[in-house]
Amino acid sequence: MIRALSITRSIHDWLYSSMSENMAYFIEMVLIAIVYLAIFAVAGLFLVLIERRVAAWFQLRIGPNRVGFQGLLQTMADALKLLSKELTGTEKADKFLYNLAPYFVIITALMALAVIPFTQDFQAFDINIGILFLIAISSIGVIGILLGGWSSNNKFALIGAMRSGVQTISYELSIGLSLLTMILITGSLQLSEIVEVQKSGWLIVQGHIPAIIAFMIYMIAGTAETNRAPFDMAEAESELGAGFHTEYSGMKFAYFFLAEFINMFIIAAIATTVFFGAWLSPFGITESIPILGVFWFLAKAMVLVFLMMWFRWTFPRLRVDQLLTLEWKYLLPLNLMNIVIMALIVWLNLTIQF
Amino acid sequence: MERIIFYSIALIMVVFAIASVTSRKMLRSVIYLLFVLCGVAGIYFLIDYNFLAAIQLTVYAGGIIVLIIFSVLLVHHIEMQLEIAKLSRQILTAVACMVGLGIFLTTIYSHEFNVVENSRTTTTADIGSKLLSYEAGGFILPFEVISVLLLAAMIGAIIIAKGAKLTGKNDKAL
Repeated sequence: MIRALSITRSIHDWLYSSMSENMAYFIEMVLIAIVYLAIFAVAGLFLVLIERRVAAWFQLRIGPNRVGFQGLLQTMADALKLLSKELTGTEKADKFLYNLAPYFVIITALMALAVIPFTQDFQAFDINIGILFLIAISSIGVIGILLGGWSSNNKFALIGAMRSGVQTISYELSIGLSLLTMILITGSLQLSEIVEVQKSGWLIVQGHIPAIIAFMIYMIAGTAETNRAPFDMAEAESELGAGFHTEYSGMKFAYFFLAEFINMFIIAAIATTVFFGAWLSPFGITESIPILGVFWFLAKAMVLVFLMMWFRWTFPRLRVDQLLTLEWKYLLPLNLMNIVIMALIVWLNLTIQF
Repeated sequence: MERIIFYSIALIMVVFAIASVTSRKMLRSVIYLLFVLCGVAGIYFLIDYNFLAAIQLTVYAGGIIVLIIFSVLLVHHIEMQLEIAKLSRQILTAVACMVGLGIFLTTIYSHEFNVVENSRTTTTADIGSKLLSYEAGGFILPFEVISVLLLAAMIGAIIIAKGAKLTGKNDKAL
């Protein structure tokens, strides 16, 4: 269950030799949780910074550039500011659910991070139904948003939460089906095995035309699932204040904000794993240095994250009815047709393999 | 270690199950129910039945609970509380629950449970081929019956949702 690099191997041996098995197991779990929390926090803050720099670049500005070298510490400073802010709340809110909601969003994002293969040995939980687990987890995340919107006892928050719920539930279908299309080639739901299959060509090359269609559908649905523009009806600031997190302040608001960015990274990471060969280097140029896998994985994921930011600053926001029409009348039928085509291609052995 | 995890999950499930039926705020009891369902998924993970665990999370936690939350969101205001039932009804329910619990406990404790030496994880491929096999032990018939049932339910839902329009009499509406 817990595979690791050589450093973690020696920590593992030391823990098991110095204390009882149960205790060592427990401490190992806690250590891994801390490592992933650290990744979560650092990646989240880093992504916020990238978003701001990219936004500035698209709008011909410079963006944050004063705190640290090229503004690298800007989001750290922001996080410290948010930590020290007062936590306000509405008088008649359901306090318990109001405080619980951000953690739902955070925990589901963290659980999804655990199954992503950053490199060959850097994967906390290599479960044999990896993709299905990711889809299952993403369907729970929306509960946090719905709860947050309802328990704030605010009309705008409630409307934002409802919109977000409708959107996530609809687009989940497309995400699931487009990933299913790729599962037809790999024949396995396990993420490490999906990477193994791609040693003879990335899946987007192996599956050529239907794989490219599946990738496009996945990126559209993924953008919608993370509630990002052009699908940000849930927090349309011109009509809803801030949507479901209108009443949140300080660190609780930051939790929602961080989770949103981590979800964007997760969507990009899943796309990297399923379509672009995860940690495999292009043409196997650095196959002899396995530690570079992390570099390749993050590089591919960052390109996809940049793509999602590009969407955000290029397309205007969709109306609710346009949003649902896009999903149910265009993406879903296309997706179902695509699965049949992919099945035919796999059956007739028309995949491209090196 | 597995024993500790099992007992902690079981404790969480029992506590939240009781909280779910005693809470007077509707959405809170839905959330307690969600924790119970997640606990069930946790137990499936513990016995290495990953597929069923993920299905439990998708269908119950992600599907049914979200559906219930949606209906609560639509009909329920935050200040409303569920009413307390009459005393006679409370007693009746308590008796019925006790009888049910008694039957379950006697069945469980009178049954001899064999320890199965099964360390093999069920793969999705196994489940798929079992679902589509028509030999002895295959599940093709129930699988097809359920798919027809679901299709009928879906058509029914569409008819109900469109209802008036399909009869052709009231074309003016919409």
